Amino acid sequence: MLRRTDYLTKVYALGHSLEVYERQVQGYQAARKVLLTMTREHVVDEAKKANIRGRGGAGFPMGIKWSFMRPHPTKPAYLVINADEGEPGTHKDRTLMELNPHSIIEGCIIGCYAIGANVAYIYVRDELHLSKERLWGAIKEARAKGYLGKTPFGKNYPIEVHVHTGAGAYICGEETSLLNSLEGRRGEPRLKPPFPAQAGAFGCPTTVNNLETIATVPAAFMLGCENYSKLSALHHIGDGGVRLYGINGHVKKPCVVELAVGPTINELIYDIGGGILGDKPLMCVIPGGSSTPLLRADEVVNAPDEKSPLHAWHGKSVMDVPLGVDTMRGVGTMLGTCCITVMAEGTDPVLAMLNLMQFYHHESCGQCTPCREGSAWLDRTVQKLYDGQGTTDDIALLADLANNIMGNTLCAFGEGTAMPALAFLKKYRKEFEAYATGARTKAQARLTVD
Amino acid sequence: MAFALTPERENELQDILTRYPTRMAATIPLLHLCQDQNGWVSEEVIQFVSQKLDVPPAHVQGVVTFYTLFNQKPVGKHQVWVCRTLPCALRGAGDVIAQCEKKLGIHVGETTKDGKVTLRTAECLASCGTAPMMQVDKDYHENLTPERIDAILTRLQES
Ligand SMILES: Cc1cc2nc3c(=O)[nH]c(=O)nc-3n(C[C@H](O)[C@H](O)[C@H](O)COP(=O)(O)O)c2cc1C
Ligand code: SF4
Ligand code: FES
Repeated sequence: MLRRTDYLTKVYALGHSLEVYERQVQGYQAARKVLLTMTREHVVDEAKKANIRGRGGAGFPMGIKWSFMRPHPTKPAYLVINADEGEPGTHKDRTLMELNPHSIIEGCIIGCYAIGANVAYIYVRDELHLSKERLWGAIKEARAKGYLGKTPFGKNYPIEVHVHTGAGAYICGEETSLLNSLEGRRGEPRLKPPFPAQAGAFGCPTTVNNLETIATVPAAFMLGCENYSKLSALHHIGDGGVRLYGINGHVKKPCVVELAVGPTINELIYDIGGGILGDKPLMCVIPGGSSTPLLRADEVVNAPDEKSPLHAWHGKSVMDVPLGVDTMRGVGTMLGTCCITVMAEGTDPVLAMLNLMQFYHHESCGQCTPCREGSAWLDRTVQKLYDGQGTTDDIALLADLANNIMGNTLCAFGEGTAMPALAFLKKYRKEFEAYATGARTKAQARLTVD
Repeated sequence: MAFALTPERENELQDILTRYPTRMAATIPLLHLCQDQNGWVSEEVIQFVSQKLDVPPAHVQGVVTFYTLFNQKPVGKHQVWVCRTLPCALRGAGDVIAQCEKKLGIHVGETTKDGKVTLRTAECLASCGTAPMMQVDKDYHENLTPERIDAILTRLQES
């Protein structure tokens, strides 16, 4: 169900200053209330009721993640905010940093207090210069007002927020890689366990939250966390609140929009995105960043079992299922980052896959053989088919390569490469075969709508 | 010739060092400061960072080679990065790249003879909703049209 909200985006059109944030959306009232009237434990218990599923892609419940943090006898704790935003097709966090930076700082204050940290690092990809500038500006304003520093809101609980930058590596969005990068090392993912809550930044207990996850916290505490959760159409299955949705690719009006959790893909495309370019029919959608397997327009939900949470949509188009962490898992893909990439009929699926395999080949950190070699071979083999040099054996090879990555790598980058590859191969088998037999050639291949 | 930061950048480094519990954590921020000043990360820069932060040169070298944005050789005065990833490609990134190559008379990965512009492709720059797009030095240019691309590149050529 489509329901527009403006908890995060009201100030987008009004200005990014502290003054606007306080006057227009009662900014910093939530942090003030939390620090002055609540205990840590109480904050975490409240936060759980918000049912904020991590906005970074994996959808882990934020409150539960916070509850993993235990005070350490000698080590400090850290809050690390993931603003690496590099997942192809994802363009939401940037809007928050540029247009509502104070929601992030306020979220960091509440988050630090909740997990027992005195320092938060916001890890921003280096390319986002305006975002970094706006964040530093917001930090400065908040410090001047006494909301950050030794005694925020007069409370004897020091909090500092710093912006840290990467240097152009998609893998640094993976949380343990990000921590290595924060420590000044190569951004290579770490073996888990230990998990960040045990040994994260600088070997200390750490929580890593996505940027939108933390920015949504003040709104949740303003409304009361349970009320916030209930805004969502999927509150009953533990997927609460409001989110930013991105719409890109072949739509008339690409954009970022704030909605109560639970719109359908069709609603995003036609009611928000203005429909498809040239009024073409829909071919497929990548639901939440390039690592999430695509959904074809003609796919229907298969949930005959009455106990299935998707049973209400049995026989209906997958494009009419509300977007949620568990509903998307139910239709064989992932919700990911809630930014959808729309492809109109006529888009060449082999060329689209080639584009993405080039991405994964370029970005693999190279630590694990199946990922390093697999991503390179996937790229080369799709290229070979695309160039008209491939055979049906190459299609089988592609599937083998992807299957060999699954479950055999250190971090989720591997699955993020293999799963979308397998979806392309399975769902566009005919087109891949047409390349293998020469029935289709790259001379006709297009990614754009004329 | 030994490398040294300008006094303003040296001050910025001192500020950066206060943010972290270790000196090593300043490796990437300091490399950015050095590259801002020097254009690329030379052997001298690596020595400088190593000494400033008390980390082995091999550590700095390892970091430099890991991250795409550190230039391991000199580059042009201006950096043009055209996003090539799927959401941008669906909205014409291929044509943007072709237009840049034609107008600048170079291929992706090359620098113009006068040393003014280096042209490269980038992976998704978090602007898929305003595609196609490119980054020129520190600025994003979004919703590109052939006319705008032409104007942007002309400005760089005349700079
Ligand atoms: C290859 C890879 C890239 C990732 N990139 C990002 C990213 O750019 N931003 C992000 O918030 N999470 C990213 N993640 C997810 C993080 O590892 C982590 O789950 C997330 O930051 C946790 O925050 P959340 O629970 O609030 O979503 C990535 C994961 C992988 C495996
Ligand atoms: S799966 Fe790939 S990206 Fe992740 S650690 Fe292994 S090689 Fe690196
Ligand atoms: S694909 Fe170009 S900005 Fe995302």
